[in-house]
Amino acid sequence: MFESLSSRLGKVFEKLTGRGALSEADVTEALREVRVALLEADVALSVVKEFIGRVKARAVGQEVIKSVTPGQMVVKIVHDELIATLGTKGTELNLSAVPPVVILMVGLQGSGKTTTSAKIALKLKKEKKKVLLASLDVYRPAAQQQLQILAGQAEVGSLPIVMGEMPVAISRRAVDVGRKEGYDVVILDTAGRLHIDQELMAEVAAVRDATQPTETLLVTDAMTGQDAVTLAREFNEKVGVTGIVLTRIDGDARGGAALSMRAITGRPIKFLGAGEKLDALEVFHPDRIAGRILGM
Amino acid sequence: FTKRKLDDEALEELEELLITADLGVATAARVTKHLAKTRFGQDVTSDEIKATLAEEITRILGPVARPLAIDPARKPHVVLVVGVNGSGKTTTIGKMAKTYKDAGLNVTLAAGDTFRAAAVEQLKVWGERTNCPVIARETGADAAGLAYDAVEQSRARGDDLLFIDTAGRLQNKADLMAELAKLVRSIKKVDETAPHDVLLVLDATVGQNAHSQVEIFKDMVAVSGLVLTKLDGTARGGVLVALAEKFGLPVHAIGVGEKVEDLRPFEADAFARSLVGME
Ligand SMILES: Nc1nc2c(ncn2[C@@H]2O[C@H](COP(=O)(O)OP(=O)(O)OP(=O)(O)O)[C@@H](O)[C@H]2O)c(=O)[nH]1
Ligand SMILES: Nc1nc2c(ncn2[C@@H]2O[C@H](COP(=O)(O)OP(=O)(O)OP(=O)(O)O)[C@@H](O)[C@H]2O)c(=O)[nH]1
Ligand SMILES: [K+]
Ligand SMILES: [Mg+2]
Ligand SMILES: [Mg+2]
Repeated sequence: MFESLSSRLGKVFEKLTGRGALSEADVTEALREVRVALLEADVALSVVKEFIGRVKARAVGQEVIKSVTPGQMVVKIVHDELIATLGTKGTELNLSAVPPVVILMVGLQGSGKTTTSAKIALKLKKEKKKVLLASLDVYRPAAQQQLQILAGQAEVGSLPIVMGEMPVAISRRAVDVGRKEGYDVVILDTAGRLHIDQELMAEVAAVRDATQPTETLLVTDAMTGQDAVTLAREFNEKVGVTGIVLTRIDGDARGGAALSMRAITGRPIKFLGAGEKLDALEVFHPDRIAGRILGM
Repeated sequence: FTKRKLDDEALEELEELLITADLGVATAARVTKHLAKTRFGQDVTSDEIKATLAEEITRILGPVARPLAIDPARKPHVVLVVGVNGSGKTTTIGKMAKTYKDAGLNVTLAAGDTFRAAAVEQLKVWGERTNCPVIARETGADAAGLAYDAVEQSRARGDDLLFIDTAGRLQNKADLMAELAKLVRSIKKVDETAPHDVLLVLDATVGQNAHSQVEIFKDMVAVSGLVLTKLDGTARGGVLVALAEKFGLPVHAIGVGEKVEDLRPFEADAFARSLVGME
């Protein structure tokens, strides 16, 4: 079903090989194909439109160099613009604060927050940080237990579970324990929530206010469709996001949500989740995601 | 309401509305084109237009809106639940268990996710909530072996219905998909007619990757029906329209929340109306 952008554009420009500069008409036709390719990769429509506008401005009037076809030329412009939008690679976690530095994990149900919390803990442990994991998920069955088991696997600290304690109280206790026991980083895993759930969004905002996180990471599934813009905007407005984690990049989704969320929030994509195991966490490479979105 | 001519610009807007609901470019274009055929150039209100669009989508979805049919003669009717990670499999089993338990059936749950941390404990909580026994082994045990035991035990007890949970897996992971096929083979050693249903659970926030999910899971384990979860959010799950056209698999139910009662029958008309933004 998905045809890579290069082959699509190859067809569009079949008759045009070897012309001088790209005319507006050539570009407009090519951009129709770019639009379809991006939408099929699940980039959100509003983001596609804005992106196409920028590509058009760059492409019209471009001299086509002899060694490439006009199709290859447009693909390159699209690819470069994608990379520019996706942002530079490897933005590290910001840990410059008085310890314990708090990292707050947020996102929709099932997006991969708990797993990613443990992955980040393991990564920081390898960097010689002392890390405490705490689950504020008092809603999903066995959620706190899940994080506790993963903390054991990562061999990092885990906040003892107190049955009946509510999220804000747990978060305060976590920071407290973090301070008293000399932890460098406290990672707060939260329950999955819908961005339109006012009560739960207020709850996570209260956790933020109580713990002053240095990083608030929005964890989102790479398979997410058009809804990515709405959820990114809402989480950013209501909780304040400092970075994005895109999970399940080990799947075969084209991952257009990465572009949507980056464009909407302006926040960097910090990590990619590339599997269920705790070492399956990768730093973000815009060229990899750009190629993936374009099916190359 | 002010009337407006259904011209190219209006059609483009409608097509975009459908794209933002995840119908996909091709399906959105086809549905809009169909509308253009009957109403192009006419003066119409936006409500009329949406209603006509919803009708066309209902026509596509109507045939797939079919509840799960449990055969009381089978003891047990075995339902295997599969899907990618985090889509809502375990929760859906909990909700369905409640539905059928309330209808007077003897329902057992099998904790076939022997991989993910606390997956067994999670299903056990659903077992307690719904008063259904849970057949489980420790995490790390062989899932195919557990499934075999579960069908055997459930049959010995004369259960009406057995739900088998499985670990989430991405469809492009050949080894994990082969494991699932092995689990099915091992169920068949006890009852060669089982599993009687294989439910693929899809998350409504999913975009075009749902095509690949259905295609590959269907190939590997003969998916017999779909459940769409998380429709209580802002994602509208429009990819289902394309899936209905392409695969025609029944959609048995939708998930509209995290609680035990948050399961609804799939209704084509209501779903179509919500897709086009009516009420
Ligand atoms: N393949 C793959 N699976 C992942 C990845 N990250 C998480 N998972 C799986 O996705 C499922 C859900 O992950 P969780 O970490 O429990 O997600 P969550 O956001 O904490 O879920 P809730 O707490 O219920 O909202 C589990 O089966 C994880 O093993 C990833 O990068 N790749
Ligand atoms: N809002 C909402 N959340 C849901 C719905 N169905 C499931 N969830 C939530 O989604 C998350 C994942 O659900 P699970 O049932 O654990 O998903 P799963 O497919 O079993 O996950 P894995 O076993 O890790 O692959 C949990 O937080 C559930 O509470 C739904 O219909 N609406
Ligand atoms: K998901
Ligand atoms: Mg969690
Ligand atoms: Mg599960």
